[in-house]
Amino acid sequence: MKKKNEFLYFAFRNKKLVIGFVIFVFFLVLAIIGPFITRYEPLDYAGMGSESPNFEHIFGTTFFGQDVFSQFVYGLRASFIVGFMGGGIATLVGLLVGFFAGYKGGFWDEMLMMLTNVMMVIPTVALLIILAAYLPYRGVEIQSVIIGMTAWPWTARAVRSQTFSLKQREYVSLARISGFSTLKIIMQEIAPNMMSYVFMVFILQFGGSILAAVALDFIGLGPTEGISLGLMMQNAVHWNAIQLGIWWWSILPGLAITMIVGALYFMNTGLDEVFNPKLREM
Amino acid sequence: MSLKLDDLKVYYNTLRGKVKALDGVSFELKDGEILGLAGESGCGKSTLSNSLILLKPPMKYISGKVTLDNEELPIHNYKKMNDFRYKRISIIPQYAMNAMNPTVRINRYISDILTAKDIKYSDYEKELKRRMSLVGLDHSVLNMFPIELSGGMKQRMVMVIATLLNPSLLLADEITSALDVSTQKAVSKMLVEFRDREFVKSVIFVTHDVSVLYQIADKIMIMYAGKFAEMGNTEEIIHNPKHPYTKLLVGAMPEVGIKFTETPLKGIPGQPPALLNPPLGCRFRERCPFAFDKCNEEPPVITDKNWHMCSCWKEAE
Amino acid sequence: MFSVKNLTKTYRKGAFGKVKFNAVDNASFEIKQGEIISLIGESGSGKTTIGKLILRLLSTSDGSIEYDGIDVSSFKGGDLKNYYRHVQGVFQDPFCSFNPIFKADRVFKMVREEFFPKETENNWNEKLNNSLKAVGLNPAEVLNKFPHQLSGGQLQRLLIARALLLDVKLLVADEIISMLDASTRIDVLNLIAKLRDENGLSVLFVTHDLSLGYYISDRSIILYKGVIVEMGNTQKVFHNPVHSYTRSLLEAVPRLDSKWDELEHKYSHEIRGDIFIPGTTEGDFVLEEIEPEHFVAIKK
Repeated sequence: MKKKNEFLYFAFRNKKLVIGFVIFVFFLVLAIIGPFITRYEPLDYAGMGSESPNFEHIFGTTFFGQDVFSQFVYGLRASFIVGFMGGGIATLVGLLVGFFAGYKGGFWDEMLMMLTNVMMVIPTVALLIILAAYLPYRGVEIQSVIIGMTAWPWTARAVRSQTFSLKQREYVSLARISGFSTLKIIMQEIAPNMMSYVFMVFILQFGGSILAAVALDFIGLGPTEGISLGLMMQNAVHWNAIQLGIWWWSILPGLAITMIVGALYFMNTGLDEVFNPKLREM
Repeated sequence: MSLKLDDLKVYYNTLRGKVKALDGVSFELKDGEILGLAGESGCGKSTLSNSLILLKPPMKYISGKVTLDNEELPIHNYKKMNDFRYKRISIIPQYAMNAMNPTVRINRYISDILTAKDIKYSDYEKELKRRMSLVGLDHSVLNMFPIELSGGMKQRMVMVIATLLNPSLLLADEITSALDVSTQKAVSKMLVEFRDREFVKSVIFVTHDVSVLYQIADKIMIMYAGKFAEMGNTEEIIHNPKHPYTKLLVGAMPEVGIKFTETPLKGIPGQPPALLNPPLGCRFRERCPFAFDKCNEEPPVITDKNWHMCSCWKEAE
Repeated sequence: MFSVKNLTKTYRKGAFGKVKFNAVDNASFEIKQGEIISLIGESGSGKTTIGKLILRLLSTSDGSIEYDGIDVSSFKGGDLKNYYRHVQGVFQDPFCSFNPIFKADRVFKMVREEFFPKETENNWNEKLNNSLKAVGLNPAEVLNKFPHQLSGGQLQRLLIARALLLDVKLLVADEIISMLDASTRIDVLNLIAKLRDENGLSVLFVTHDLSLGYYISDRSIILYKGVIVEMGNTQKVFHNPVHSYTRSLLEAVPRLDSKWDELEHKYSHEIRGDIFIPGTTEGDFVLEEIEPEHFVAIKK
């Protein structure tokens, strides 16, 4: 069996991967088409305040009468953007740093690792708070960049150790005595053999970025405009939603975050089994 | 009669079907004998030794009977085999040096094994120390972690542990393959010494290196593509081989004393058949320079007066 | 043609790299055109390290590696690439030598990209087919296949064919047959000898197996703990081993014509008192020529 077909064959048969993927895609689709199907804008006053879920407002309304469902689907969009952008930046920067540190070794490795370790030691939340507080305008994009630039150290370390071990392989030695340049070796010999690993790292970064965004939103450093799931929860708590019995306002967004990130981790575990034959149960 | 195999068949379950790794092998091994089991990769020798002690998925028992000391060995029943493992049959695996748990001291490791077999460590401590001295290991080794020992010391320790309960049958699976020449000699000689001192009754030594077998084995059995090819006394097999495969194999082995410029040796062209759907009849047929049309049928096992057995149509003539 | 002088590779161990040890210690030898030299040693002897140093996969700590009189030990970039036209290597594990995501014949494309970018399709195919035939492979059987579809023997031959595409003068063969079956080993070995006879190829044959060394090499070098303890014409070294280590190796080799007990008293004449034993003898060593084409390490 060719490698690609073999991968798809196992992928479709892995329950964790399939379940996780389905849940993730469900929310993704909701995030994409949701804003087109809601009647209300997220921040408009759409009806009576604190209405429990009914036909008019399927997720009920907030204390101020905003439609929770509309907020929900726009918030989903924001979360996915943060996930893709933040996760993407973290993965890319981590890859670059990890590859060069791992392949070059020696002086380069020490310098890059020093940088990585410093970034890891800086308390990310404090850094995020400071950065976020000083920026006059905070959009979802800026938030993603900040999160991405603080999450890459973890990826860099993982990529570096993988690169170290792959560097010792004999086919890398063969590429060297064939006159390949360092960049060519990394791109053609090492990186492709790490693709499955990198993919899984990206999924984890995706989930991690969403959670980091929620944390920022929750303490009031979310986007200054627009809405996000974390912002919804922050508002709900701020206005004592639970105590007042308006549970749909705070619990539903929280549930969505949990399900999305949980689905991502599920997918990751499933992917691990697909990529690594030894973990498969036959 | 120590060990008797009767038409043992063990296959591997894979995605693509059943791989007929061991397809009907029969032989007998007497008490006190060291049997060398030789053959190239894929011949089934490792499948044979593993199935005798640890037959688990993806290996699948198909048919055949195994008798040890006149008692049937329930190799297909994982639970029942627990009574035999370590007590009656023991194995020294290939990378034995890495077989010890790196995070516990060696005496704790041994005591864990013995406890799992409902045996008290204190009952065997004296014997353990005696055997360690015999192989040149100081008693203080018991208190060490595996990482503190050299490769050779680890190998010796594993051999002592594997034979502590005086098993009837010891399986040694490629234990010398990853070793240097001098360590190889020491380990092989230790195996013989264990047999001489009756720490084990019989030994099956699995390897691809026939010259080591010439040094220490009493009998040699050659396997090819999951089937029995030839078996007999060591001298007979090496200096008077009957099966074409054995003849070609021995002829392809360089030795100190043989130079290319004087006597170029010849290999065996081609490869062993894939065992998913092996060819009918003699499996060596395609590479055999003596093959003729009868070879399309399963060859019989011909035994001569020296108990030299060979599975070949040429012998039958 | 090829000369290694005082080659040393030092590694640092310990917490702050305080402890130094020499994987290769002051090795000096020559390789002439059209000769096969065996570099024989056990694990930890430094034989693979020497192979890698010559292939410039590791950097030298001291000493020089001279090809046609020029020291290549600090070559980089274009100079290094030129060096690889004449010096190539084949490694131990055939299945690990191929990047698993590509087909096996990619190794030829790699050489073409780097060394023959302007070659026409026809010329290249002819060159490739000639190389494959020279190693006894049928192009139709081995091209366009993945590594796992071919046998270990075929893969090693492919790698030798790859080296032949260049103008290779020296091939470093690092344990190239130790992972092959006994029935195919000898064929690959015979191929190496044939290439020496027909093409004048020199081979540095790194191995731990003395029988293989004896079978195929003109000269042998015995390595122990990074030091060349004995070296010279293969017949002379093997039939008249002077160093105690060489003797212990020869006594331990399992043979098909005599048992170990018989070998133990084969080399019975006295060992010289001034033999240099790495790890035991203090001070420096020097290689002394005890008879033409036979050298032994003795205390300085």
